Amino acid sequence: MKGSMLIDGQRVEFNDEKHILEVIRKAGIDLPTFCYHSELSVYGACRMCMVEDKWGGTVASCSTPPKDGMEIYTNTAKLKKHRKMILELILSNHDRDCTVCEKNGRCKLQELAIRFGVKQVRFEEEKKDLMVDDSSTSIVRNPNKCILCGDCVRMCEEVQGVGVLGFAYRGSKIQVTTAFNKQMDHVNCVNCGQCRTVCPTGALVIKKDMERAWDALYDKNKRVIAQVAPAVRVALGEEFGLEPGEITMGKIVAALRKMGFDQVYDTGLAADLTVMEESEEFKKHLELNGTLPLFTSCCPAWFKYAEQKYPELLEHISSCRSPQQMFGAVIKEQFRKVKESDSKENVVIAIMPCTAKKYEAARPEYRNNGEYDVDMVITTQELAMMIKEQGIIFNELEEESLDMPFGLASGAGIIFGVSGGVAEAVLRHCVSEKTPGSLKDLAFVGVRGLDGVKEAYVELEGKEIKIAVVHGLKNAEKLIKSIQSGEKNYDFVEVMACPGGCIGGAGQPIPQSVQVRSQRAKGIYSADNSSPIKRSEENPTIIALYNGMLRGNHKLLHRPKTL
Amino acid sequence: MISDNQYINVDTILNRYGNKKSSLIAVLQEIQNEYKYLPEDVLEYVSRKMDITPSKIFSVATFYENFSLDPKGKYIIKICDGTACHVRKSIPILNALRKELALSEKKHTTDDMLFTLETVSCLGACGLAPVITINDKVYAKMTPESAIQVLQNIREEESK
Repeated sequence: MKGSMLIDGQRVEFNDEKHILEVIRKAGIDLPTFCYHSELSVYGACRMCMVEDKWGGTVASCSTPPKDGMEIYTNTAKLKKHRKMILELILSNHDRDCTVCEKNGRCKLQELAIRFGVKQVRFEEEKKDLMVDDSSTSIVRNPNKCILCGDCVRMCEEVQGVGVLGFAYRGSKIQVTTAFNKQMDHVNCVNCGQCRTVCPTGALVIKKDMERAWDALYDKNKRVIAQVAPAVRVALGEEFGLEPGEITMGKIVAALRKMGFDQVYDTGLAADLTVMEESEEFKKHLELNGTLPLFTSCCPAWFKYAEQKYPELLEHISSCRSPQQMFGAVIKEQFRKVKESDSKENVVIAIMPCTAKKYEAARPEYRNNGEYDVDMVITTQELAMMIKEQGIIFNELEEESLDMPFGLASGAGIIFGVSGGVAEAVLRHCVSEKTPGSLKDLAFVGVRGLDGVKEAYVELEGKEIKIAVVHGLKNAEKLIKSIQSGEKNYDFVEVMACPGGCIGGAGQPIPQSVQVRSQRAKGIYSADNSSPIKRSEENPTIIALYNGMLRGNHKLLHRPKTL
Repeated sequence: MISDNQYINVDTILNRYGNKKSSLIAVLQEIQNEYKYLPEDVLEYVSRKMDITPSKIFSVATFYENFSLDPKGKYIIKICDGTACHVRKSIPILNALRKELALSEKKHTTDDMLFTLETVSCLGACGLAPVITINDKVYAKMTPESAIQVLQNIREEESK
C-alpha cells in the first residue's frame, strides 16, 4: 500500500512498510522499543512504541499498519509520561545492580532510563531472586534481569527453529525459561547465542573467558598462541567507533602482542586446510556416487543441531573438523617439540565471532591426554573489552603483521567468515580453470549475498553440480525437509547457523542490523580482493604443511569419534 | 520411569488427534486424565511426536491452572472457594483438611500419595455451599468436622 501520513506535523511517504513504526523510523525519529526487531515477528508487548493519533487515542506503532492520510504524534506529553511509567514498572522488579552487570553501558533498559530521565522508581522494589544459570559453555542466563520482551524466545524459535526458550507460568509469575526449568546445558540449545544478540538487558550474556585468558597471558610458563577468525577483523572496529566492515587485522595483531600473546595466527589458514580436505571429500563422493549432498561441518551450532534433530544426516556431514579445531591440533603439533625444549605450556586461544565455538572447543573428543586442542575461546566482544581493559588506544595502533608460519591465509580462507564463503572457496579449489575470469564467474553464480537460502549451479568436469547455501537454522530445517521429501536435491550444502554467517555471530559487537551485516560482508570480500593468494591450494604454507607435518597424516584435520 | 507399554496409551491419544499441533491442549487433557498429572517424559515423548518444542509444551502446561506437572494422590479433594462457598466458610474446611493431612499452601499431596488437596474457584453448585469434591464426587454443605469424617471413611476403606 502506498500513501503518505503526517508524523509530528511532517509529511512522510510510505510504500510497503508493514507498520507505522517503520515509517516513523524512516522519518528519522528514534522511537524506543524493547520487543521490536525487524527480523522477528511483531509481538507488541513492551508498549514503548505507542503513538498518539489526532483524537488523542494511543496505538502501538509496531503493530498498526500505516494508512493514507493518517496523522500521528510520537512525542506528546502523554506519551512521555506513559513511557517513563513503563520504564519505572520494568525497573521495579528488575535486578538493578547495574555497576556489576555484564551489560553495564550496553543495556537498552539503562539507555532508555537515562534517555527518559528516570531518576526514581516510585514502586516498591520486588526482588525476583531466581537462579542464575551459568551451566552452558556459551551463554549465561540471569532471569532476574529479564524484562519479558520475548525477543530471545522468538529468535530461538523463528530464526533458529530450536525453541529452547519459552514463556512459562502466567500473570505476575510469568518467566522466560527452558522446558521444565532445566539448565541450559541439559536442553537442546545449540549455543549459537543469537538470543543474546537481541536481549536488551543482561538477562542473556556471553559466558566470558577473559579472566582465564589473562591468567594464561600473565603466566611466564605459558606460551600463548592466538588464532583470529576471519569475521573478527571486520567487526572489532565497531567497538572502537569504526565503521562496520573496516578491516582492522593489523591493529588486532598489534593489540594482541601488547596484551602478551606470543604468536598471532590467522584462522583463515585453517580454513584453507578445510577447503583442501572438504574438496577432496566432495570429489570422492561425486566420483564414487557416495552419500550426497555433502553438508559442511564448520559451524558447531549447526553440527549440534544436526546431531540432535537429524542424526540420520550425520553421515552426510563432512568429516572435516572446523577450521578452529584443525588449527588447534596443528598448532599444538607444531609446538609440541618446542614445548619439550623450553618446557613452556602451549595455550591456544581462539578469537572468534561465535559463542558456539566455546562449546565446540570444550567437546570431550577434542581433548587429548587432558589437553584441549583449543584451550579457550574469546569472542570479538570479549577481545574488545580486554583491549580496553589493557588501556590500549586501539585506533592509534600501528598496524603489525601476523606471525609466520601460520599467518598467511588465502582469500578463499578469509571468505569463510560470510555465508556462501565456504561453498565459494571449495568451488575455487574444485574447478579446473584457474584464471581470474573463473574467480569472477564463481563470485556471481549465486552463493554470495545475505538471502536466507541461495542456490547455485556450477559445471564441474562435465557434470552439473547443485549447491545450496543457507544461514539461520530454521532455513536449514526447511531445506532439509525439502531434500528429505524429495522435492529438492543438491550435491553440496553449506549451513551456517547465524544470520549472514560468522559475520553475524553472537560473539560480534551489537547491534547487528541487516545493514551492519552487509557492511561486514563487504569488508570480508574486500579482504579477499586485496589478498595476493585467492585459492587455498596456492597458499605456500598449505603446500608446506602437506609436505611436512600432514604428510600421510590427516588425522589432525578430521573429527575424532564423538565421545 | 514410565514403561514403553504406557506410551502405547499416549500413542492412542495422539493418533486420535492425528498429531495436529492445534490439538495440544486436548492431548494434554487426555494425558492428564490417564496419569492424573503430566509426567515429564511423557511430555517429551509428545514433543517429539507432535513436533512441538518441549519449551512450548511446558509453556502451555504451566499457563493453565488445571494442568499439573506434579504427581497427584489417589484421591483429589477440591475445595470450592468461590464467592458463595467462601462466605459460607470454606476456608476453615481448607485449614482443617490441611492440618489433618499435614499439607500446606505449597505442599498439595500427602507423602503416601493418597490425597491431593486443592482449591477451585467455583464448582457451580453454589446452592450446596460450601462444597467439596473428592474424585469428582460432590459433598454438599460441609463443615470442617464432616470433611474430616469423610477422610476417615476413605482411610478406613483403604486400609481394608
